[in-house]
Amino acid sequence: MIDPRVSIIQDRVGDINRIIAVTSGKGGVGKSLLASTLALLLARRGRSTGLFDLDFTSPSTHFILGVRETWPIEDKGIIPPLIHGLRYMSVVYYSKNRAMPLRGIEFSNAFIELFSVIKWGSLDFLIVDMPPGIGDAMLDLIRFVKRAEFLIVTTSSPLAFETVRKLISMLNELEAPILGVVENMKMEGSVVKQEVLRLGVNFLGEIPYDPVVENSLGNVCELLKTAFANSVNKIIEKME
Amino acid sequence: MHEWALAESVIKTVLKVAEENSIDKVTEVRIRIGEMQQLEHDVFKSALLCLKPDELKDAEFIVEIAKTKLRCGVCNHEWLFQKEGFEEDVLESIHFLPEVSHAYIKCPICGSPDFEIIEGRGIWVESVKGVRGSDRP
Repeated sequence: MIDPRVSIIQDRVGDINRIIAVTSGKGGVGKSLLASTLALLLARRGRSTGLFDLDFTSPSTHFILGVRETWPIEDKGIIPPLIHGLRYMSVVYYSKNRAMPLRGIEFSNAFIELFSVIKWGSLDFLIVDMPPGIGDAMLDLIRFVKRAEFLIVTTSSPLAFETVRKLISMLNELEAPILGVVENMKMEGSVVKQEVLRLGVNFLGEIPYDPVVENSLGNVCELLKTAFANSVNKIIEKME
Repeated sequence: MHEWALAESVIKTVLKVAEENSIDKVTEVRIRIGEMQQLEHDVFKSALLCLKPDELKDAEFIVEIAKTKLRCGVCNHEWLFQKEGFEEDVLESIHFLPEVSHAYIKCPICGSPDFEIIEGRGIWVESVKGVRGSDRP
């Protein structure tokens, strides 16, 4: 018995130039906001960009982007709709925003199903919003999609950074490319940058705490005017 | 219709199996599809025929539908998935991604959403039969 879906995944992502997985060791570090803003800013720069919310059990990018009344198009596969200039995909289209508890094997089945039927087409960037931690999503992305680059988000908190150490170590062990680390909600006296450089990983930049960024959730025009988006724009310079 | 996308993956897999096993002429491919996925049988078979390359021109595709069995992780109750009683849009969502059933289905005995799909989830190539070059007289 062979699962045929796996064989087609490389074809489905074959016309995507770069796949960037935005990940973190812990939740609550601003990963989804960074992934969404990064994707929007890349699209504003004229790069054809997709955003895939891989956090199946707790998706939130639809909330950040204010996604309403769109639906993936069926055409010999699933074509993600264009939202704010992005090809956008999330399981909320199918779960209708209800809680969707998934155990490991079922996460992997959903992962394989979506990567085998979604037709992203030609993209400069596919930004993947990952669930936090070293789990199914990370392992499946490395195993089946193979060429994702990992952008790690942390805060200045030693608790968050402690998990980043393990994440970097695991990614190195799996020989998965690490694009770099972004420090979000930076606090005075943080030593994250020095620690990242000491680990031999690229430090992509810092984002100061922006107390008003949450007021823009659901409103992309307002989001892109924030100090948060301005900081993400500077990070893009280092990525490209 | 994502039946086409899945049919594409079947064709690709059969070609790979044939190559790995030095099968020159594929004669029969058996495919099992879980009932929960609710693939349109005719659309799927038509997609297989349209996508079939010359290398598989002699292949007959046999598609079987497998019952979908679920097991509750809390009380171990096992039951079969049935379409009846679900709204059309929910069935369509499950058709696209069977795992979203976790957002809509609960154990009929204890009410827990913590169940697993133990049989008949998706699509499987069960067997590929054919003739090897060395088998020919």
